[in-house]
Amino acid sequence: MNPVRRRVRRPWRLAAEASALLTALVVAFPLYWMVLGAFKPAGEIESAEPRPWTASPSLDSFRRVFGQQEFGRYFVNSLVVACSVVVVSALIAFLAATAVTRFRFRFRTTLLIMFLVAQTVPVEALTIPLFFLMRDFGQLNTLGSLILPHIAFSLPFAIWMLRGFVKAVPETLEEAAYIDGASRARFLWQILFPLVLPGLVATSVFSFISAWNDFLFAKSFIISDMSRSTLPMALLVFFKPDEPDWGGVMAASTVMTIPVLVFFVLVQRRLVSGLGGAVKD
Amino acid sequence: MTVPSRPGGGSAPWLYLAPALVVLGALLAYPIYQLGLISLFRYTQAQVSGGEPTVFLGFGNYAELFGDGQFWQVLLATVFFAAACVVSTLAVGCALAVLLTRVRALPRLALMLAALGAWATPAVTGSTVWLFLFDPDFGPVNRVLGIGDHSWTYGRGSAFLLVLLEVVWCSFPFVMVTVYAGIRAVPAEVLEAAALDGASQWRIWRSVLAPMLRPVLTVVTIQSVIWDFKVFTQIYVMTNGGGIAGQNLVLNVYAYQQAFASSEYGLGSAIGVVTLLILLAVTLGYLRLLRRQGEDL
Repeated sequence: MNPVRRRVRRPWRLAAEASALLTALVVAFPLYWMVLGAFKPAGEIESAEPRPWTASPSLDSFRRVFGQQEFGRYFVNSLVVACSVVVVSALIAFLAATAVTRFRFRFRTTLLIMFLVAQTVPVEALTIPLFFLMRDFGQLNTLGSLILPHIAFSLPFAIWMLRGFVKAVPETLEEAAYIDGASRARFLWQILFPLVLPGLVATSVFSFISAWNDFLFAKSFIISDMSRSTLPMALLVFFKPDEPDWGGVMAASTVMTIPVLVFFVLVQRRLVSGLGGAVKD
Repeated sequence: MTVPSRPGGGSAPWLYLAPALVVLGALLAYPIYQLGLISLFRYTQAQVSGGEPTVFLGFGNYAELFGDGQFWQVLLATVFFAAACVVSTLAVGCALAVLLTRVRALPRLALMLAALGAWATPAVTGSTVWLFLFDPDFGPVNRVLGIGDHSWTYGRGSAFLLVLLEVVWCSFPFVMVTVYAGIRAVPAEVLEAAALDGASQWRIWRSVLAPMLRPVLTVVTIQSVIWDFKVFTQIYVMTNGGGIAGQNLVLNVYAYQQAFASSEYGLGSAIGVVTLLILLAVTLGYLRLLRRQGEDL
């Protein structure tokens, strides 16, 4: 038992627990309000006396959202982009993290610093040259124009985070594998990869989110072919600055948030231990 | 078969690094080079469509930028806004991480789940939901506070405050979870020994936990600085592209607006370069600090 915890006296602990619960409520409230807003009938959502419940939940807002041109397609597009980014960047980051943790070579530290520095690059500023790059390679209006930059931008952080996981695999295991006659490729994919997988999952949360959330690249690179558009753009259709359709915005927001929430709940445990592992090393 | 010599490994590490280096080279390094290049030219819609030849300006775009009062105003706003976001996020995140260690499983789970929910919320959705919460006509916040149809996005300060609240809401979970994991990783014996030696709670914090948590705190600080300096979506969505008359612009949004809204690609690129250099300076400063403290990469 943790002595710090044991020495906390009872009234203090109750106060701490009460404030933890209260904070949880405050933090969860915007999400509650979002889902509630999605289910409220039109008259209730745009009322001057907003109530924190609804007596007559309705699916009208969702119908409006899915009735919008090709909303399902935007959803699939977003999913394709996010999943491609997650898989490809996880594989590339795994190889790179292995290189920088299990080998000593010239420029190793320089590379590590560059991976850290690369994270500071403001993605938004690079939209300008990337726009011209995509145009020159005929990639404007394709999902590739969204996937490729996100792979690049999620790599440095993924490599940085994965180092801890790769380092945690004992070197004796590697030596044993080689003595038993395993080739380097065999060790890499059949021994190291499964062991690092939990870390890869934790890391992939970040690349998934950045790809799923992106609205800048979608706004800048998908300029004429709207069938290649993604969810954030679809959401903003309902969000006109002067007279937003709040019901539609909340319903679309709910649809957009749920996949990420599911992903988070699935990897929650690994994420917490993963972050601990990544910073402990 | 001989055991491959580990320390060097010959070309093996470079083989493993090749895919990452190719991708980063093509989609990160090359665009950065291009960004720098474009910032030295007059590059507007006319040049993009090929109507006029590109004109080399040298540092002309930068001169124009530094002579523009709005640029300095935006720069100042960016620094203050990012600093406020970082400090608030760290304070909230660390305080809640400590709180997590003091409570039993159920409240801990509740807070953890709520935080994961906020963390998982996409920036676009978070922005629209927070705007709805603070909506002058239909939002619950104004009703609870009893301030009628006060518009939060109208005033410069209150618009920044609103964006700050959203940013803190969606970024404190990373700090909280990481610091909490860091505290849990401190061996119980160390704390027990300190307690046995008669150290007070405060003393344990200051002399045992804080030094052991320093690497963790450094990581979350760097990440927060990098993320908060680059806030884009929240400002863009919540203040409708930078607020009334651009009062809520930050560097990132400013660069984007110059390039894509005003078609001043050269000027936008110059702002991008300035942002990049500032972040680079901050990161390198931190790295030096780290190495002086004897942290190993």
